[in-house]
Amino acid sequence: MPQPARPLSPHLLIYRWEIGMATSILHRLTGAALALGIVALCYWLISLAGGAAAYGSAVRVLWSPLGVLFLFVWTFCFFFHLLNGVRHLFWDAGVGFERAQRHMSGWIAVAGALALTLGVWLVIWHGAQA
Amino acid sequence: MSLRSPLGRVLGMGSAKDGTGHWWAQRVTAVALVPLTLWFFFSLLLLPGLDYETVRDWLAQPFSCLLALLSIAVLTYHSYLGTTVIIEDYVHGAPAKVASLMLLRFLYVLFGGAGVLAILRVAFGSSSP
Repeated sequence: MPQPARPLSPHLLIYRWEIGMATSILHRLTGAALALGIVALCYWLISLAGGAAAYGSAVRVLWSPLGVLFLFVWTFCFFFHLLNGVRHLFWDAGVGFERAQRHMSGWIAVAGALALTLGVWLVIWHGAQA
Repeated sequence: MSLRSPLGRVLGMGSAKDGTGHWWAQRVTAVALVPLTLWFFFSLLLLPGLDYETVRDWLAQPFSCLLALLSIAVLTYHSYLGTTVIIEDYVHGAPAKVASLMLLRFLYVLFGGAGVLAILRVAFGSSSP
């Protein structure tokens, strides 16, 4: 790419990481990942419509080590995008723009998503053991 | 003096031609998805098992069927709105942008339609044993 003569803004990587930019980038990343999750969701629904044999093979794919890893990451993406999305909705209503509120809600979205993901998978793991 | 035409000013659609339509649709679907996705996620999690009969019987109930259909429809629309913005931001050049936006729309209609059809087939039991 030819280097333009005009001054450019510094590259993204030069900025110090802070919670606001991290949640913003993560919101878009998790949104894109959840779009791929729709493919998996449709695959699972179509297998359910296809009968017991088709459903069984779809569950074997989703319950393979790679499938479980995908589902685990998907769970985090789901909860983070949900919590951070609610945060965005509050901003759209004009609430929570103060510096301290912004930082607090950002950390709540990250920590809440991690806690919910681990909680849900503890329940699933417990159910699988029983 | 404004260079905007009187009609353009009245319609309020701006230079992007669709005003706040995209922004507003993304918010409405976001609000709808909060209860819908939580219902879908925790209904599945709280089922006694995820074996074929249990899941089929659950999804075949009118209430679950309706909410599952709404979830898939609103989910694909919301996801379509979001990924459209990602492509508009990162894909440069009109040919590549138009082609990828068109492909994206086709894929969403395909997967959304397939998901809806699958739920209807479960609800109305048209699959051969």
